[in-house]
Amino acid sequence: MSATGIGATVRRKEDFRFITGQGQYTDDVVRPGETRAAFVRSPHASAKIKSVDAGAAKKMPGVVAVLTGFDLAKDKIGNLICGWMIHSKDGSPMKMAPHPALASGTVNHVGDAVAVVIGETLAQARDAAEKVKVDYEVLTAVVDPAKAQAAGAPQIHPDIAKNTIYQWHLGDAKATDAAFAAAKHVTKLDIVNNRLVPNAIEPRAALAEYDAGTDNLTLWNTSQNPHVARLVIAAFVGMAPEHKLRVIAPDVGGGFGSKIFIYPEEVVCLWASRKVKRPVKWTADRSESFLTDAHGRDHVTHAELALDANGKILALRAKTIANLGAYMSTFSSSVPTYLYGTLLSGQYDIPSIYCEVDAVYTNTAPVDAYRGAGRPEATFVVERLVEVAARQMGIEPTELRKRNFIKSFPHQTPVIMAYDAGDYLASLKKAVEAADVKGFAKRKREAVRHGKLRGLGYSTYIEACGIAPSQAVGSLGAGVGLWESAEVRVNPTGSVEVLTGCHAHGQGHETTFAQLVSERLGIPFENVSIVHGDTDKVQFGMGTYGSRSGAVGMSAIVKALDKVEAKAKKVAAFMLEAAESDIEFKDGKFTVAGTDKSAAFADVALNAYIAHKFTGAELEPGLKETSFYDPTNFTFPAGCHICEVEVDIETGKTEIVNWTAVDDFGTVINPMIVEGQVHGGIAQGVGQALLEGAVYSKEGQLVTGSMMDYTMPRAHDLPSFHVGLTETKSPSNPLGIKGCGEAGAIAAPAAVINAITDAIGTENLAMPATANAVWTALQGAKPRQAA
Amino acid sequence: MYNFTFHRPTTVRQAAGLLARNPEGKLLAGGHSLIPVMKQRLASPTAIIDLSQVEGMAGVEQKGRSIVIGAMTRHADVANSTVLQQALPGLAAVPGAIGDPQVRNRGTIGGSIANNDPNADYPAACLGLGATIITNKRRIAADDFFTGMFSTALEDGEIITKVSFPIAKKAAYEKFKHPASGFALVGVFVSKRGSDIRVAVTGAGANGVFRVKSFEEALKKRFAAKSLDGLSIPATGMNSDIHASPEYRAHLVSVLARRAVAKATA
Repeated sequence: MSATGIGATVRRKEDFRFITGQGQYTDDVVRPGETRAAFVRSPHASAKIKSVDAGAAKKMPGVVAVLTGFDLAKDKIGNLICGWMIHSKDGSPMKMAPHPALASGTVNHVGDAVAVVIGETLAQARDAAEKVKVDYEVLTAVVDPAKAQAAGAPQIHPDIAKNTIYQWHLGDAKATDAAFAAAKHVTKLDIVNNRLVPNAIEPRAALAEYDAGTDNLTLWNTSQNPHVARLVIAAFVGMAPEHKLRVIAPDVGGGFGSKIFIYPEEVVCLWASRKVKRPVKWTADRSESFLTDAHGRDHVTHAELALDANGKILALRAKTIANLGAYMSTFSSSVPTYLYGTLLSGQYDIPSIYCEVDAVYTNTAPVDAYRGAGRPEATFVVERLVEVAARQMGIEPTELRKRNFIKSFPHQTPVIMAYDAGDYLASLKKAVEAADVKGFAKRKREAVRHGKLRGLGYSTYIEACGIAPSQAVGSLGAGVGLWESAEVRVNPTGSVEVLTGCHAHGQGHETTFAQLVSERLGIPFENVSIVHGDTDKVQFGMGTYGSRSGAVGMSAIVKALDKVEAKAKKVAAFMLEAAESDIEFKDGKFTVAGTDKSAAFADVALNAYIAHKFTGAELEPGLKETSFYDPTNFTFPAGCHICEVEVDIETGKTEIVNWTAVDDFGTVINPMIVEGQVHGGIAQGVGQALLEGAVYSKEGQLVTGSMMDYTMPRAHDLPSFHVGLTETKSPSNPLGIKGCGEAGAIAAPAAVINAITDAIGTENLAMPATANAVWTALQGAKPRQAA
Repeated sequence: MYNFTFHRPTTVRQAAGLLARNPEGKLLAGGHSLIPVMKQRLASPTAIIDLSQVEGMAGVEQKGRSIVIGAMTRHADVANSTVLQQALPGLAAVPGAIGDPQVRNRGTIGGSIANNDPNADYPAACLGLGATIITNKRRIAADDFFTGMFSTALEDGEIITKVSFPIAKKAAYEKFKHPASGFALVGVFVSKRGSDIRVAVTGAGANGVFRVKSFEEALKKRFAAKSLDGLSIPATGMNSDIHASPEYRAHLVSVLARRAVAKATA
C-alpha cells in the first residue's frame, strides 16, 4: 500500500475549498442579467384552484413576469414522472397521478406551487408573490396513510380508488402461512417507521439560463445525478431536446437522497428563463425545504416472526402501508418495494417470507428515497422482531441471532436477493467484545444507584448497495440502467483527469477516486483530478445514491484504467522496441521483461501524444479510455451495531452512553472517509430513533416546519463511537467494495430502540423515542431486572 | 423581510422619542426573536430602533444587597460576570443555559424579558428571585411584570433599562431543554432569601411563567428537596404540543423543582 493508494488514510482534497468558504454551489453561480424567482405556494393541503389573479402582482416594482399553472399547461410543459414501474399483485400497473410543475386544477399538499414571480431582485419577487391572488375552494385533506384507504376518505386524485397506488407483494404466501401454523412461537409487532425531513445543509437551488442565439438551455442545480435530470427533463417534461440542454450540478452541500429527484422548481426556472430570455435563479429557504423536499420513510407495518421451540426462525410476514405523499416522486415506488421487501431476510436463514405493501397518496409532501431508502425500514422490522422474539423466548439476543445466521455463501433468500459474501458471526463477535457486553450487568446495577435504567440493544443489519445489474433491475421495473461510466484522460505530461458519471455531494470522491488512480498508475495522488457533475463535460452517467459510487463508479474507473494500461503498453513497446507481450507495468514504470529497459508512465503518455515512435497505421495516437461498467450483482454490506443507553427514570430522557459498530464494507479505500460515513449514518439513524419526526396536523399543516420544532441530531446527542471493521470482499466487482454510505442510518434505529426497550421493560415504544414518549411508556412498564 | 427605517439612538431619551414617533416601530435589543420573524415576513415593523449604542445600558454590578444588570447586557457577559458568580451563582447559571454561543453573544436580558417568550429562561429567574424591572418610567416588581404569553406590563413607549435582583442566599435553576429549539420545555428557578421562598416555572404554563405556591409553602417548613416529595401540580393549564403532554410537563415541574432545591442546598 502506498501513502496515497488504496487503504491509505488520506486527507480529503476537497476540504480545503469547503472549509475556507470557496466551494462553488449553485447559489454562488451568478449569471449576467440574472433574475430571481419566488414561488406562490398553497397554504392548504387540499383545495381546488378557482382562479389566479396576477394583475396586482404584475404592477409591483421590479416584476419581470408572473407565470401560473395555467400558463404552464398552455405551453404544454409535461408532468414530472416516477421512473420505476411497480405492478400490483393482480398484475395491474401502479396508478401514477399527473404531477404538473405548477398546479392549475387542484393543490394537493401545503407548499404545492401554483405560480411563480420573476423579479429583478429576490425581495421584489417576494413582495409581488404576496400580491398574487389565488381563490381556493378548500377541500378535506387526509394525511394518515391508513385513513387514506378507508371508505369515505377524500379522494386526492380522480380515478385512483382508495388513494391506493399499488398493492404489491413478494414471497410465498402459502408456504409462509403454513410455517406460521406449525410454529411453536410467534412474535407480533406493530411498527410505525416515522417520516423524516432530509434537511441537507445546502437547500435545493436552480439557476436556468436560455441562450436565444443557440436555443440552448443550461441548468445549474443541486442534483445528485445531473444526467438523469437532463434525461427526464428532456424526454418526459419535454423542455428541450437532450442535446440542447446542459445540466451542471456544481458543489452540492449534502443530499441524503433528497437531491436525486427532479423537482418542479427546476422545470419552472428553465421554462421561465426561456420565456423572459434572462437567467432565472431560485434558492429554497429553509421553510420551503421543509415543505417541498421529498421526505423519507413513513411506513405503518404489522410484522410477525414464526419460530420453532429452539428459536430457529421458520418464517416472517409483514404487511406495510407506505405513504408516498401527494405525488409520486422520481423513484418513490421502488423504495417500499424492491428496496424494502427484498431485505426482510436480514442476516438470517429464513425459509419463507411473505410481504405485502400498499402504497398510498396523502395530502403531504412527496416521500422518496432518504439515506438507506427501504433498507432502514426493513432492518427495523427484522431486528425488532428478532430482539423481541429472543426476549419473549428467554434466549439471549446474540444466541438467537447465532442460531439463525446465514453461514454459507452464496445464499439465496426467499425474497429475490442472492447474498454473495459475508461473515455475520465475525462482526457480531468482534462487536460484543468491543462493547464489553460481559461487563454490562455490572454497569446496569451501578446505573440504578443513580436513578438510571441501562439497556443494551443489537442491530445485526444487512443492506443491498450498488443496485445492479441493469438487466435485473430492469426486470423489477426500473426505467433506467444502473451501471456507471468513467473516462480516464491521460494528459501528455502524464497527469490524469477522470470523468465520472457519479456525483459527489460530501462523499469525498475527489480523494478516493484519485487514490485508486494513483495506486494503479503509480503516479502522484496530486496529479489526478476528478471531474463530475456537468453533462457537457462528462459522458452519460447515473449519479450517486444507494452507496454505489465505490462499488459501481470506481469499478468503471478500474475498467477504463485496464484499457489505458493496455494502450500504454502498446506505446511502450514501440518506445522500447520490444514485443507488446514482453512489456510489464509496475509502480508507474513500463519494463521489458527480464531487462533493465524501461519507460516511466509520463514518458509513455507523452509518446502516446507526440506519436513519433509509431505510424498511424500501427497505432492510434492519444491516451484516453472510457468504460461503462455493469456489476454482476448487488453488494451486501453487513455488520453489527450495539447501542447502550441510560434512561433517566424520572424524566424519561435517554442518553446514549456507548456505541459500537463493526461493519463489513469489503475493500476500504480510505479508512478515515469510511469512518466519517459511519459516524454520519449513525447520527442520522439516532436522529430517527430519538429525535426526528415530521408531524402533520389532520388538516395537513406541517407542524414540524422549522428547526424550532423538528429536532435535528446535535453533537451532544451522540457519544464517541467505537468503530471497527471486518472484511469479506464482494465478488461482484473488481475491487471487492461493498459500500458504506448508508450503513449507519440503516443499522442505528433498531439498535437504539432495542436498547431503550431493554432498559424500560416494555416493547410499546414508537420512534422518535422522546423523553416524553419514554416516560409515558415507563408509566405502564416494569423495568427489566439486571441479569 | 419588509422595508423599515433604521434608527440608532445613543440615549434612552432619544430611543423613547423615536418609539413615540413610530407607533409601528420595534426596539432591537439582541434581535434573536425579532429578526427571524421579520425574515419570515411574519412581523413588519416600520422602524427598528437599535439600542446597541445607547450608553449605560450594559453591565453587571453589585449595589448593596442587589445585583443590577443593564438591559442590554449580553447573555454571555452575564454568565461570565465574576461579580455575579460570587454573589448569586444561581442566576449566573441561567444565561449560560440559553441557546448556543452565537445566541449568548447577541441576546440580551432586557430583550428576553420584554419578549416574555413562554419558554424563555430569564422570566423564571426574575420571578424566582423577586426581581425589579426598571424602565425609563418606573420600577415594576416581577410579580406584576409578566402578564401572560408574550405579554408584559410594559406600556407604549416604555423601555427596560435595568433589572435588579435581590441577592438570595440560596438559588438555583434547573432546565429541561426543548429537544428542537433548546428553549425550556420546562425550567424551574427556586430561591430562598430569609423567609421569602420562591418557585418559578417557565415553559410549562399556557400563560407563561408562574409561581407554585404549594411548593413554596412546603419549602417554607424546610428548604430541602425532601420537602417536595409527593407534591405535584395538576396538568390543567399546562402547555400541550407535539413535544410534551400537559401531564408530562406537570410531572417535570415536580422533578425539576426537587432537583433545583437540591442544587441550591448542595
